[in-house]
Amino acid sequence: MKIAVPADEKSLDLGVCPSFGRAPYFLIYDTETNESKFIDNSAAASQGGAGVKAAQTIIDSKADALLTPRCGENAAVAIKAANIKIYKTIDGSIMDNINALVEGKLSELVDIHPGFHGHQGGK
Amino acid sequence: MNIAVLSGKGGTGKTLVSVNLAAAAGKSTYIDCDVEEPNGHLFFKPEQIESEKISVKIPLIDDALCNGCRKCVDFCKFNALAYVGSKVLLFDVMCHSCGGCSLLCPQKAISEIDKNVGEIQKGVSEDVTVVTGIMNTGEASGVPIIKNLLEYIPSSNESVFIDCPPGSACIVMESIKDADYCVLVAEPTLFGVHNLNMVYNLVKLFGKPHGVVLNKCLEGDNPSEKFCIENRIKILGRIPFDNELGTLNSNALIVARESDKYRAIFTSLLETVTKEVQHETAVNS
Ligand code: SF4
Ligand code: SF4
Repeated sequence: MKIAVPADEKSLDLGVCPSFGRAPYFLIYDTETNESKFIDNSAAASQGGAGVKAAQTIIDSKADALLTPRCGENAAVAIKAANIKIYKTIDGSIMDNINALVEGKLSELVDIHPGFHGHQGGK
Repeated sequence: MNIAVLSGKGGTGKTLVSVNLAAAAGKSTYIDCDVEEPNGHLFFKPEQIESEKISVKIPLIDDALCNGCRKCVDFCKFNALAYVGSKVLLFDVMCHSCGGCSLLCPQKAISEIDKNVGEIQKGVSEDVTVVTGIMNTGEASGVPIIKNLLEYIPSSNESVFIDCPPGSACIVMESIKDADYCVLVAEPTLFGVHNLNMVYNLVKLFGKPHGVVLNKCLEGDNPSEKFCIENRIKILGRIPFDNELGTLNSNALIVARESDKYRAIFTSLLETVTKEVQHETAVNS
């Protein structure tokens, strides 16, 4: 199984990045080979719709599960349409969370928050 | 003359000022561009309402024609499209109707359809024409509605008062585009100065002549007044903070129509604004 996790830095020992759409990196972890790969989140700097763009990156990585503390509505729609399950992270490092998922200790993320459509800063 | 009324945040008195200026002006047009939360009509209670639905174009993707090249997904700056499970998904609330995706699809798999985003209501209240823009909740942008609203500016030379959305985002810039003069409404607090500074920078950027109305004035220090003096911004008038106004206003009554005292305040404010506009026209011609 391939697991995607938003990350602030390229380390498994740090906590999960609190933002999904604006996370600098995503960890893609393969539980069969224990291989870990960090990919850039090209959505991190985008003006609007970061969630959908980040979701596209996760979908393209062929992950089976996404572990994240929160996720916007539109991103969740896209991710679910790709049959990727979204789990809510717990305190602890990225690795702790991956272990928790493997042990069946994470629950699915249910509180999806509506997206921000603000145009602050103006264009 | 087109007068836009602005404030850095909601609740500053922008609607109070624009509604009462229009009421004091007599025959005039009031346009509520605060499309997310239009309040002016609650005061005017306009009659003979006519409404017009506003729609924008959004893409419609024909999965049978799409070959999954993803050109549309990569192109969309607003990330309104995603490619999921060999299908293009549209997140219509994020679409800005730029039309680009349908133009560039090599398979001609994308056509455009109408989506309703809100409506415009026009009515009358005594001799004021009241035009209100109402955006459906959850829409990404009120700009299409505002563009349509500004077409309601009459071609006659009667006065028009544009009640702008709060803040200084693109939707506000759209609202002040046709204005001859901007009235900035400010509260007498430090936070009020911060909000005032935001809209002040915006009108400076657009090179619009402008002045400030100090609202909720009490005895004592007024940081917004100080800001105006320091930056040599014209102070157009002062509206006192008192119970009578508070009560009338919270009962959705137009103070200039209810009380002689407030009619006098807004009539004199209107005179000042009119003089300023004429002065600006003279200077610029
Ligand atoms: S550009 Fe056209 S063919 Fe290519 S993915 Fe988009 S809809 Fe499909
Ligand atoms: S019309 Fe423009 S904004 Fe809307 S989905 Fe197509 S490319 Fe994106």
